Amino acid sequence: MTLNGWIQIAVFTAIIVALTRPLGGFLMRVAQGDRQFLSPVLGWLERGFYRVGGIDPNKEQSWLTYAVAMMVFKGLGFLLLYAVLRLQTLLPLNPAGQGAITPDLAFNTAISFLTNTNWQSYGGESTMSFASQMFGLTVQNFLSAAAGIAVALAVIRGFSRRSAKTIGNFWADMTRITIYVLLPLSIIGALVCVWQGIPETFTGTVEATTLEGAKQIIALGPVASQEVIKILGTNGGGFFNVNSAHPFENPTVLINVLQCIAIFALGGALTNTFGRMVRDERQGWAIFAAMALLFVVGVGILYWSESHANPAIASLGVDPSLGNMEGKEVRFGIAQTSIFATATTDTSCGAVDSMHESFLPLGGAVPLVNMMLGEVIFGGVGSGIYGFLLFAIVAVFVAGLMVGRTPEYLGKKIEAREVKLTMLAILCLPLMMLGLTALAVVLPGPLSALSAAGPHGFTEALYAYVEGAANNGSAFAGISANTPFWNTSLGIDMIVGRFFVMIPALAIAGSLAAKKTLPASAGTFPTTGPLFVGLAIGVILIVGGLTFFPAVALGPIVEHYAMNAGTLY
Amino acid sequence: MLSHLRPALVLLLGFSLLTGIAYPYLITGIAQVVFPYQAGGSLVMRDGKVVGSLLIGQNFVSEKYFHPRPSATTDTDPNDATKTIAAPYNANNSSGSNLGPTAKALIDRVKDDTAKLHAENPNVPVPGDLVTTSASGLDPDISPAGADFQVPRVAKARGMTEDAVRALVAANTTPRFLGLFGEPHVTVLALNLALDAAGK
Repeated sequence: MTLNGWIQIAVFTAIIVALTRPLGGFLMRVAQGDRQFLSPVLGWLERGFYRVGGIDPNKEQSWLTYAVAMMVFKGLGFLLLYAVLRLQTLLPLNPAGQGAITPDLAFNTAISFLTNTNWQSYGGESTMSFASQMFGLTVQNFLSAAAGIAVALAVIRGFSRRSAKTIGNFWADMTRITIYVLLPLSIIGALVCVWQGIPETFTGTVEATTLEGAKQIIALGPVASQEVIKILGTNGGGFFNVNSAHPFENPTVLINVLQCIAIFALGGALTNTFGRMVRDERQGWAIFAAMALLFVVGVGILYWSESHANPAIASLGVDPSLGNMEGKEVRFGIAQTSIFATATTDTSCGAVDSMHESFLPLGGAVPLVNMMLGEVIFGGVGSGIYGFLLFAIVAVFVAGLMVGRTPEYLGKKIEAREVKLTMLAILCLPLMMLGLTALAVVLPGPLSALSAAGPHGFTEALYAYVEGAANNGSAFAGISANTPFWNTSLGIDMIVGRFFVMIPALAIAGSLAAKKTLPASAGTFPTTGPLFVGLAIGVILIVGGLTFFPAVALGPIVEHYAMNAGTLY
Repeated sequence: MLSHLRPALVLLLGFSLLTGIAYPYLITGIAQVVFPYQAGGSLVMRDGKVVGSLLIGQNFVSEKYFHPRPSATTDTDPNDATKTIAAPYNANNSSGSNLGPTAKALIDRVKDDTAKLHAENPNVPVPGDLVTTSASGLDPDISPAGADFQVPRVAKARGMTEDAVRALVAANTTPRFLGLFGEPHVTVLALNLALDAAGK
C-alpha cells in the first residue's frame, strides 16, 4: 500500500461525488420529459419513435401495465437476439469466419445480455461475428440499461406521487433514456476511446511479423463503439475474452479511470434524481452516503489484500513490492485494479480489468461479497437504486418495530403488502445463488467445469451463480461454463435475479403511489441522517452476512488460512 | 398484451437500427477519418511491414531484446483440434492464467521462471511482474524494475554500455497519468524498436 494508491482512491471517490448532482438533475429533466439542452437537437428522433410506434408519451401506465409492456419488449428482444446469434453464419460482417453458435450458448447469451448481466460463456474474439457483436449485443447493451433506468424512474415516481394510479409510460421512458442519455454519452465516449487507442474498424485480423520473425495474428474490430455502452450501461460484456483487461479495450490509465467513473456515474446520479423527485435532495444524499461508505470499505480491503504478494511466491525470492501481480496489468497496478474490481462488482457491470480468480483469497472475497449484497452499492444503472430502496424499506420497517410505530418512508406507510413484496425480491437472490451452487457441487457432472481444486474450486462455482443472480457477469474465469448444464442453469439464475426483483419493485411502486403522503411528525423516523444511513448499511450487511457467511467461510476464508499455512491444491 | 406489440416492435427495430447499425458505423466513419492510426489498432510498421501493435504485447526470447511478462494465452493444437497448447501472446485469443493463489500449477510455474531469472541476474531480487502472467496475456508493458533487471543481459548481448541501455529504458517509460494514476510502465515493443534503431 502506498500513499499514492490511497490518493488515487480518494480522488476517484471525489469525482463521483462531484458528478452526482449535475448528472442527477439532467436525468430528472429527461425522466419528466422536460426540455433540456439536447431537446432541440434530438427531439425529432424522440417524436419520430412516438409517431411510428403509436405512443402517447403523456398517457401513463399503472404498475402492472408498465411491467407487462416491459416483459413484452424483453420477450421480443430475446427472440431477436437469439435469432441473430443462431443465424450468425448466414449474416454478413463475419470477416474472421466465426462458426455457428449452439442453442444453449445462444440461450445463455441472449438471457445474459437481456438481463444486463452480460456473463459470457464464450470468448468474444473467437466466437462472435461483427454482426452478432453490433446488431445483437451492442443493441441489448443499450436497451437492457435503458430498461433498468426506466424501471428505476417508475419506482421513484411511486415514492414521490400522492394518491396516484400511474407510475409513468414505459415506452416514453425507454425512448428518452436511450436518445438523450445513453446515445449521446456513448458517441462522445467512443471517440475518446478511439483517441486513446481502442480500435474501431471492420478489419477482422491483422498479421504481424515480430522483430524476431515470428507471426502474430492480432484480432481487431469495431471495439470502441461497444466499449462505452458496455461500461456506461453497467453491462460488462467484453468484445474480447478478457474484457477491459485487453489492451484494445483498455489501452491507457486514462481510459481505466474514465471506465471506473462511467461505471458509477449513472448509478450515483440516480440517487440524486431520486432526491429531487421526492422533493428533498437530502434523501438522495443519505442513500448516496450509504453506498459510498460501502464502496470505500470494499475498495480499502481489496487494495490492502492485493498490495501483498502471494506468500508462496515471495518465499521463492521474488520481490514482493509490486503486490500480487498474477492476473493484473502493469499499467494499472494494484490501486487502479482495486478501484475497477470494486466498482464493477458494486454495480452490476461485471467488466474486469484484472482476473478476479487470481486475487488473494480475501481480495477475491470482496467482489464476491459485493455481489451477494445485491448490487446496491450504486448498483446496476437503475437496478441499484430500486434495489437499495428495497433495503431502505426493510430498514424503516426494522426501525418501526423497534419503537412500535407503523413504519413510514417519505411519508408513505409501509404495510404488509410492501414488506411481503420486498422480502420476495430480497430472498430470491440467495435462493438462486446458494441453491444452484449447492446443486452444481452435489451433481456428478457439473464439477468437471471447474478449473481449481479445494476451497478455490468451490468459490469458482459459487462466484458463477452469485454473479448470475446479481446480473453482474464477471467471473472466476477459470470455469469452463460453456456446457448445457451451466449455460441453462445460469440462464435461469439470471432471469430470476433480474425479474423477481424488478417486478416486485414495480408492484411496490404502484402500491406506494396510490397511498396518501403523510406529513412528518415528531415521531417520524428521519431518513436523511446518519442514523438511517447506519441502519440501512446494517440491514444490507446483516441480510448479506447471515445468509452468505457459511458459503464465504467454505470458500475464500478457508483458502486464506490454507494459503498462510502453505497448502497448495 | 396486443396493444403493446406495436410500440414494442417499433422501439426494438428502431433502436436496433439506431444503436446496432447507425451508431457503430457513425463512430467507425469518424474514427477512420480523425484517428486512423488508433482506429486501425496502433500498428507499427518497419521496412513496410507490420511488426506488431504498440498496445499488444509480443513474445521476445532473444537475449538482445527485452522480454515481456509470461503469458497464459493458448492456441488450438494443430495436430488435434480438441486440445489447446501454450501459445504466449496469441493476440487472437486473449486469456489470463486464472490460477488461484493456492494453485500448485501457479507456484510451480513461478518457481521455474524465478530460477531462470535468478541465474541470469543473481544480484537483484526478481521483480514480481516478470514471473506473473497478466490478466490479458497480452500485457505490452513491464515495470521499470522489470526492465532494469534485464539491462545487464541486453547490454552484454548487444555490446552496448548498461548506461546507454538504461537511457533507452528511461526514454520509453510512461510515467503515472498526471503523476497520480496507474503505475509507471515500460512498453516492451517500443523499447526493442528503439534498441534496434540505436544499433544501426
